[in-house]
Amino acid sequence: MSAISRRWTPPPLIANRALRYGVYAGLCLYLLVAFSTIEFNWTRMSEGAARAGNLFAGFLRPDFTSRWDDIEAGLLESLTMTVTSTIVGIILSIPFGIGAARNIAPAPVYAFCRAFIAVARSLQEVIIAIFLVVLFGFGPFAGFLTLAFATIGFLAKLLAEDIEDCDPAPLEAIRATGAGWWQVLAYAILPQVAPRLIGLSLYRVDINFRESAVVGIVGAGGIGATLNTAMDRYEFDSAAAILLIIIGIVLACEYASGFIRAKVQ
Amino acid sequence: MLVIDNLTKRYSTGDLAVDNVSLSVPAGQVVGLIGPSGAGKSSLIRCVNRLVEPSGGSIKLNGLDLSRLSRGALGQARRRMGMIFQEYALVDRLTVMENVLSGRLGYVGFWRSYLRRFPQSDIDRAFVVLERVGLLDHIDKRADALSGGQRQRVGIARALVQEPDLLLVDEPTASLDPKTSRQIMRLIVEICAERGLAAIVNIHDVALAQMFVQRIVGLRKGAIVFDGPPDGLTPEALTEIYGAEDWAATISKAQEDDEAETGLPDKTLASA
Repeated sequence: MSAISRRWTPPPLIANRALRYGVYAGLCLYLLVAFSTIEFNWTRMSEGAARAGNLFAGFLRPDFTSRWDDIEAGLLESLTMTVTSTIVGIILSIPFGIGAARNIAPAPVYAFCRAFIAVARSLQEVIIAIFLVVLFGFGPFAGFLTLAFATIGFLAKLLAEDIEDCDPAPLEAIRATGAGWWQVLAYAILPQVAPRLIGLSLYRVDINFRESAVVGIVGAGGIGATLNTAMDRYEFDSAAAILLIIIGIVLACEYASGFIRAKVQ
Repeated sequence: MLVIDNLTKRYSTGDLAVDNVSLSVPAGQVVGLIGPSGAGKSSLIRCVNRLVEPSGGSIKLNGLDLSRLSRGALGQARRRMGMIFQEYALVDRLTVMENVLSGRLGYVGFWRSYLRRFPQSDIDRAFVVLERVGLLDHIDKRADALSGGQRQRVGIARALVQEPDLLLVDEPTASLDPKTSRQIMRLIVEICAERGLAAIVNIHDVALAQMFVQRIVGLRKGAIVFDGPPDGLTPEALTEIYGAEDWAATISKAQEDDEAETGLPDKTLASA
């Protein structure tokens, strides 16, 4: 053993000492300046505190009964929107997903499908909903279209990636039997991607339910519209009831999809 | 009868995988194709059923020039060529029966195959080959529930149910233990004899090839450097194919193995 103990410290991220401290100082200065531009309006906050008190008081005793008719109508609308948009979205996302998989789609089809998916994904649901509400008027139809469109972007992209990750050996083997393109799809690709497609579809069901509450706020119908109305009328006890129902349904979806996914392996 | 004439394959990367190969395989003959990794064995057999597009030359199966077929005609021609793969290439999530019936896809329309409504004659054929490879007890198991040897039997059954004139076999034993390797090779060779099938078998294990095939073709850098009976594989011939090495152990091993079938042979030398 050597008697001399040699010291070691990890090398700094920026080797140049002057540059290093310069960068740190610059960052601190920027944060100071940035925070100084935020306005804290203490009077408004203290006024809001009273409302916040009402809000939380409402949450402590949720009221399911007095607005139950509105809540029920909103829920039914949301659930209908969720189920229809998910089904339509899945059906349409499959051709787009297949078209966007580089290993099976011809180049022009691939480019078109990828571009469509990129557009569908670049727009947030709320933005699409605002646009479609303008096009089709208030109500659940706009919400249905919004969620179906968003589902295509989401599912098609993940499906395409899953197809691209398929084991190529069975594809080659099925092709070698003289099978046509559709048969290769049905026999070599579909069995490999089916579990993930089912899992993602179930996941999308609960995303779509949550989103149906959000797009309702911008006028696309559903439970979101009911929630928005309750908030606007300061009926926090009804709002609390709606939120609890949303949480309950999302949890139920979560458990159900977990159960089904475990079954399909 | 398969006749390959001046076949050349150059990949778009510029690699010359198959260099002016001419080879004919009469019905009923099993040819072992040996050579180092990268010698072009896989490319050569994939050119035959055009999983790889040949760059030049011609390939005739019973007089039909495969290298000039259109897409539709190629599908028809592929039905006459069964292929067996190294890692079995089964569709894991399908059952044994579905995997075997996929060998009939070239004969059945899309919807019938998609709905698994195969003609009874195809189902009868599937049962016959499954019985032949000894898997009748496993028909409704998923392919990924089987052992390696059983999986390769499914692969063989899938190729046979096509009722092919030619078998293209790509490293059938590379993922199997020595005993199972022999059983699989024996099965392939016996079936070729029963049905009068021509076969090209890519194989790394020289000793195993010598035990089972009637003719050995040695490939080096895409060109044929040896073509003859198994016992013509002298140390000089092996050096010509693989490069210099002490070959005494490989050859004597093969002969010992022939006598002592039950012992587990040391594969490391043979597959080096």
